[in-house]
Amino acid sequence: MRYSYQRRTCAIARAKMFPKGTKRKFSDSREEPVAGGEDVNQSSLAAVRMLSSYSLQRQSLLDMSLIKLQLCHMLVEPNLCRSVLIANTVRQIQEEMTQDGTWQIMTQALSAANAAAQCSADRLVATEVLCRQTEAAQGEQVPKPFPVVGSEGCPAEEVLEEEEEAAAAEVGMTMSTVSPQAPTSYLPGTFGMDPCWEEEETGEDDDDDDEEEEEDSEECGSGSEGEERERDSLVEDTRTAEQVFGTFEIKNPAPSPDPALEELFSDVDASYYDLDTVLTGMQSVPKMGPYDLLESLSSHGPSPLSSSTSCRSDLNELDHIMEIIVGS
Amino acid sequence: MAGVAGVNDFQWCFSQVKGAIDEDVAEADIISTVEFNHSGELLATGDKGGRVVIFQHEQECKNRPNLRGEYNVYSTFQSHEPEFDYLKSLEIEEKINKIRWLPQQNSAHFLLSTNDKTIKLWKIGERDKRAEGYNLKDEDGRLRDPFRITSLRVPVLMPMDLMVEASPRRVFANAHTYHINSISVNSDHQTYLSADDLRINLWHLEITDRSFNIVDIKPANMEELTEVITAAECHPNQCNVFVYSSSKGTIRLCDMRTAALCDSHTKFFEEPEDPSSRSFFSEIISSISDVKFSHSGRYMMTRDYLSVKVWDLNMENRPVETYQVHEYLRSKLCSLYENDCIFDKFECCWNGSDSAIMTGSYNNFFRMFDRNTRKDITLEASRESSKPRATLKPRKVSTGGKRKKDEISVDSLDFNKKILHTAWHPKENVIAVAATNNLYIFQDKIN
Repeated sequence: MRYSYQRRTCAIARAKMFPKGTKRKFSDSREEPVAGGEDVNQSSLAAVRMLSSYSLQRQSLLDMSLIKLQLCHMLVEPNLCRSVLIANTVRQIQEEMTQDGTWQIMTQALSAANAAAQCSADRLVATEVLCRQTEAAQGEQVPKPFPVVGSEGCPAEEVLEEEEEAAAAEVGMTMSTVSPQAPTSYLPGTFGMDPCWEEEETGEDDDDDDEEEEEDSEECGSGSEGEERERDSLVEDTRTAEQVFGTFEIKNPAPSPDPALEELFSDVDASYYDLDTVLTGMQSVPKMGPYDLLESLSSHGPSPLSSSTSCRSDLNELDHIMEIIVGS
Repeated sequence: MAGVAGVNDFQWCFSQVKGAIDEDVAEADIISTVEFNHSGELLATGDKGGRVVIFQHEQECKNRPNLRGEYNVYSTFQSHEPEFDYLKSLEIEEKINKIRWLPQQNSAHFLLSTNDKTIKLWKIGERDKRAEGYNLKDEDGRLRDPFRITSLRVPVLMPMDLMVEASPRRVFANAHTYHINSISVNSDHQTYLSADDLRINLWHLEITDRSFNIVDIKPANMEELTEVITAAECHPNQCNVFVYSSSKGTIRLCDMRTAALCDSHTKFFEEPEDPSSRSFFSEIISSISDVKFSHSGRYMMTRDYLSVKVWDLNMENRPVETYQVHEYLRSKLCSLYENDCIFDKFECCWNGSDSAIMTGSYNNFFRMFDRNTRKDITLEASRESSKPRATLKPRKVSTGGKRKKDEISVDSLDFNKKILHTAWHPKENVIAVAATNNLYIFQDKIN
């Protein structure tokens, strides 16, 4: 693929074809005939095809990058440099897509598919997260049709703190939050303390153990009821998608379906965590990628099952989400 | 050494190859670092299994005056063991990331070896004498019955078979949260620096429980992290100066006299990006994988994915020389991104006189550039060309169009055979090239 070459040619074609501000239909990238008032002459068609091809390639690069960030089934800490470079690439693509309007189209399409599949909003988190990246970067008003799956019980600041202070390590969240299928994997109702999480617990200081558990419950508890509520309302989440780097922090994944517990621990403050040891850690679990785009939002929402069980299903889910994202 | 002769005037010949010939390469045997000591007498390699193997240069054979001596195994030891970080539930690899020799001060040799988290100072000493005739114990070490000792004797030193012992003298641990990518011994011979993805620490060789943090680029919000440290090195003769490179293709030179924390640089080296070649991969391929000062200390060399650049320390806005290593890969960047090869970290090295530079590529190719004549050559480290004293044939990759005979097309390149680590003897034209699990040693034919 010759990105630079096509980019140049596409830029030229784009300038001719679409006046600034005109939104291209998402279907363009699916190689469907361009509808609307453009002149369908030979050169336009060629340009459109080139643009579609470029968009497809760009989309596939985005998908590839997301997979790379998430597919880290390793026992060793993933390479931080590699993760940073991939995340920067994702950001770059997303900025460009937002600039030419494809981003909004894609997120709308995903939202429709999401509603149809009755999936958890987790999947949309990916786009939501990336949308927020743009917003942070450009100050644009990016439409945010999907509520952030966050902790209903927590005030925004606390949510921010949790995120920043490595409240939880999501195990298996990566895949499950992306995929629209198998809702049982991530419905907050599913309770499963994954072994890795437990392992992590034993490794923590005794002081932190209690608080961690509280925090887990808090996060999980918000899930079941929170999810429905959040679908209806837009949760103000001050965190940006840059929190992919938050995934370097140890996070507590344990989902808990008990809303009572959530209330009980809803005002737990996570600031006691030692920033240096906890924050700078990479994902502790083989399943977790260093950048868990989705996890950064869903960490305050329903957490999926333990990694061990969802390993294979995650891969299926990944395929599924890829299909949807690519729009096949 | 031939200072005037260009790279193409060299006749590089195969000298030796170390390592198993099997097609099945054990992961632990993959060489991860190669380093000559300051005299060139010793050559150290580290592998993914945490072992260090040191080769020693044998004296020239009198029968064959045209041939320099060979390198034979001098010492082998297990430097690092795999560890488990219980807090994060993650393994810490025992892979040796870097080895750096200390300048020799007595009969023993010292080197620093590091994995992702811990640096160790090893002493490699020789023992060729043994004391015999102890009073209190027998030759086999058993204690003698004190009542049966009737006379005193003075133990005598007797020659024994040479034994090379490696012992860890210092362990510098728990100072790095992220993965250590570089260590560099300072010219004061008392301190050294270690760099991980976000921080650089300065150590004293004698003190293991403390280190100074001199660079910290960790943002307050990890969310804002967009750049990491990729390599660092101390200046060869100014003990207050060091440089570090980043994943964004920039190099910062810092002076430790200016402040305790060198977060603000003294010099900032960055080449402006060529807008016509901008792509989604531009940043990734600009990430610097290695930085090396020239022996003179006037220049430094950086290696990014496709090129090697030589910088004059007095000019920050662009390099003085740029050499394309494998430009034919530019059109394949998407595939290389897909298979992760785009993240390979190639190293580079200077020859002793700073007139030539060398770096590795794929398909077991490695490249040499002559700075004076601007000529370059591509050679291959392979078993096929491994006949004793056989001259290496220059290789060529055909970049499209007609493929000439003996050329190899880009699509036929084996991207699993990558030469990431190379080393050049500090005084002679002897090079060591690590090809996966094999170490090749090539020499220039003495005329």
